[in-house]
Amino acid sequence: MSIEVRIPTILRPFTKEQKAVAANGASLTALITDLDSQYPGIGDRLLENGALRRFINIYINDEDVRFLGGLDAQIKDGDSVTILPAVAGG
Amino acid sequence: MSLTISRAFVDAIVEQSRAEYPDECCGVILGPIGSGRASRLKAMTNAAHSPTFYEFDPKDLLALYREVDDNDEEIVVIYHSHTETEAFPSRTDIAYAGEPGAHYVLVSSREEIAPAIEFRSYRIIDGVVTEEEVSITD
Repeated sequence: MSIEVRIPTILRPFTKEQKAVAANGASLTALITDLDSQYPGIGDRLLENGALRRFINIYINDEDVRFLGGLDAQIKDGDSVTILPAVAGG
Repeated sequence: MSLTISRAFVDAIVEQSRAEYPDECCGVILGPIGSGRASRLKAMTNAAHSPTFYEFDPKDLLALYREVDDNDEEIVVIYHSHTETEAFPSRTDIAYAGEPGAHYVLVSSREEIAPAIEFRSYRIIDGVVTEEEVSITD
């Protein structure tokens, strides 16, 4: 199973500037683990104390993973995953 | 480094900041990819509806990036208003700045400076804020 993961500009230094990479995993946790093994350090930018970072948004297809069970969200063949930093501030 | 922006966009952002006061307002200006030109303004909803915080709704954010991709555009400017403080990036602005290629524009709508306009632009890269010149064209 290979899932296309779209990488935002700010994380492309981890992926040798690739905009999209392939990763494996039947759940978001597994996918992030695989991403981090391919691109060491990227996992830390997505997770904090084992939870998704508040200001990183991850989508499976068109849906925010927060509505799909967060890190437990299931991923199936043919899904696409998009990572976007929140646009936010004070 | 400097930002060139049309008078019409400056006026639209200032107008939006007043219309949405006391909440912060926010939005983007898009341009053809690689051009760095601020050519299409898109106001966004502040999902936080707050005078001290702004955040694009996560669904709107995904739609925005899809639209930008489909149109071969890039995000040239990310703007928001400060309602009671000066137009300088706050600690949270710096912490969450996720687009190293964008101009971060701040406009202040605080009453004591109205009707004067405080409209400033910055680069925010790896936590470092650099103010840049704003050149307004007619």
